[in-house]
Amino acid sequence: MTESQGREIAISAMDLTKRYGSGNTEVLAMRNVSMTIHSAEVVALLGPSGSGKSTFLTAVGLINPPTSGSISIRGQKVLDGESALVNLRSFRRRHIGFIFQKSNLIPFLTAIENVQVAMQLNGQAARVSRQRALELMDYLGIADRASNLPAMLSGGQQQRVAVARALANHPSVILADEPTAALDGHRGRQVMELFAKVAREQGAAVIVVTHDHRALDVFDTIYEMEDGVITKPTHSRSAVSGSSD
Amino acid sequence: MNLALKDIQHNLGRFSLTAIGIGMLLMIVMGMGGIYRGIVEDATLLVDRVDADLWVVQRETRGPFAELSRVPPSLVHRVAAVPGVQSSREFVYHTIQRERDGQPLRMAILGLDWPIDRGEWLPLSAGRPIAQGHYEMVADQSLGLRLGDQIVLGKDSYTVVGITESMISASGDGIAAFSIDDAQAVQFDTPGEAIRLERAAREARGESFELTVRQPDVLENVWKPTAELPAVARPQISAVLVKLSPASSLADIKDIIAGWGDVSVFTQEGQRELLLRGTVDRARRQIGLFRVLLTVIAAIIMALILYTLTLDKIHSIALLKLIGASNAVILGMILQQALILGCVGYAIAYLAGHQVFPVFPRRVILATGDLIQLGIVVIAISIASSFLGIWKALKVSPNEALT
Ligand SMILES: Nc1ncnc2c1ncn2[C@@H]1O[C@H](COP(=O)(O)OP(=O)(O)O)[C@@H](O)[C@H]1O
Ligand SMILES: [Mg+2]
Repeated sequence: MTESQGREIAISAMDLTKRYGSGNTEVLAMRNVSMTIHSAEVVALLGPSGSGKSTFLTAVGLINPPTSGSISIRGQKVLDGESALVNLRSFRRRHIGFIFQKSNLIPFLTAIENVQVAMQLNGQAARVSRQRALELMDYLGIADRASNLPAMLSGGQQQRVAVARALANHPSVILADEPTAALDGHRGRQVMELFAKVAREQGAAVIVVTHDHRALDVFDTIYEMEDGVITKPTHSRSAVSGSSD
Repeated sequence: MNLALKDIQHNLGRFSLTAIGIGMLLMIVMGMGGIYRGIVEDATLLVDRVDADLWVVQRETRGPFAELSRVPPSLVHRVAAVPGVQSSREFVYHTIQRERDGQPLRMAILGLDWPIDRGEWLPLSAGRPIAQGHYEMVADQSLGLRLGDQIVLGKDSYTVVGITESMISASGDGIAAFSIDDAQAVQFDTPGEAIRLERAAREARGESFELTVRQPDVLENVWKPTAELPAVARPQISAVLVKLSPASSLADIKDIIAGWGDVSVFTQEGQRELLLRGTVDRARRQIGLFRVLLTVIAAIIMALILYTLTLDKIHSIALLKLIGASNAVILGMILQQALILGCVGYAIAYLAGHQVFPVFPRRVILATGDLIQLGIVVIAISIASSFLGIWKALKVSPNEALT
């Protein structure tokens, strides 16, 4: 906690509740969840399947607004319950990078175009975006697959393309929902380390939903979620070592 | 990187087939417009080419093209005597259908007022105009005759001395030009037996006339050809063509001639009107309706294809929205695909049309104005047909990228 003091608050989620459906089929996927994440903080979110992790992540990602509660990003209140206070799409484009459980690529674009498209939507020139996409893909070990369509890539390769796309616009918030599920242990760890590196270098706040306990040491903070409620914030090694400085 | 093009590239097979289908439909729409233009052009071509200031025809008829008109040949001289008339000439026109090599040969026969008019104004592509008063003809290439061909019409044989291009009658038959005498010989050709019977009848009639009783020599005349009988008028002609001297007033002279009890008179524009308002007008409406129907069908097909193309990439659209694409980007992608489909279809229609239309039996004229008009229509239906897909795409929630 001490380390976080003095740092800018990147994400502030207050009292988030999410109700799916109504009547008999009503599901309360998230109950009064609050969380504050600072710039450059790398957060893991653990929990059993169906506990509401994805619901939380998509709410904070401004994709799936909560039924009630509010979300502020970089000090700006963007969601109050279901009502948007900013243009969510342009906000997402500029500030948030997503990586989802299933690799989520556009099938008619090549790997590098899938990365470039995020930058193009942000008004980046083709030459610049190509350069940046190549760098990211090179770092992730998929540069040789740049001109392949997603259908020709393995699950792990597709996931790494999605990671490259999420990082392309230098987002201040990175949200990843089980990003390493399709990767082997080594690659999985490499992706987690990349997040930590981006967090340090760009001051991005990172939330990763994961089951992979082997890589937990890269996280500053670890939350657990159960039955729609955040149960236990713990601080991992790096956070502890950070506070000992 | 253009998303619309990338998607098309990815679905090239389906897109090409659709474009070809749309292209074929548009080709038919284009062709029908061209056929209408062809009909109009053919209908008025002769009137325009003949280039007479006034057409004098049988009273109360709309001849000589829209219906039959008969006027006496002496009318030429009467008309020539009107002050302000520079020249007047005979005009003979009728359609025949004969056999040649077992095939029906339909031709519109045009009489030239030899030797005043030798057909120098005909659009010759080969050969020459008529150089003698008999047994020569200038045939349109659509009749399938070649220079030097001899064809027998009635009792005489005629040599093709010239070939014209696109001289077509209002009903689409090729026009053949003869001297007026030949044209009438073809038209009023009478079989030998009919002539023998007619002579016998004349003789019988003649014997009871007081004149032949007093002058039996006159009876010998009944054996002469009809054309040589002094008392028998020459065959009638279809119309008299009038050319005015530069200074004279068209309206005044028209009024003078219209005042005569036995003829009606039309200006060149009036003749065009007669042709266009008659059969051509019905063809125009018929073809117009077909074009509208086909255009609507093309639009529906385009809408369906664009809709399914959009459905196929609904996940990608949701994902694009998720990573922050604005509605303008999504809308632009679908609209561009619609326009590309329309434009490629139009190009296919144009290119295929240029290959196909020349072998059509009637002329298909692709007028620039019509092509531009169809182009605008294609753009309009492209935009309209993309609405369904755009509506679907705009409704998609970014959440759908996660399912
Ligand atoms: N779109 C939805 N409609 C209805 N129920 C949903 C929907 N999405 C998630 N849920 C329910 O909400 C609960 C939490 O789901 P989720 O956030 O996906 O959990 P996790 O990501 O931890 O597995 C589950 O019971 C799930 O069935
Ligand atoms: Mg989940």
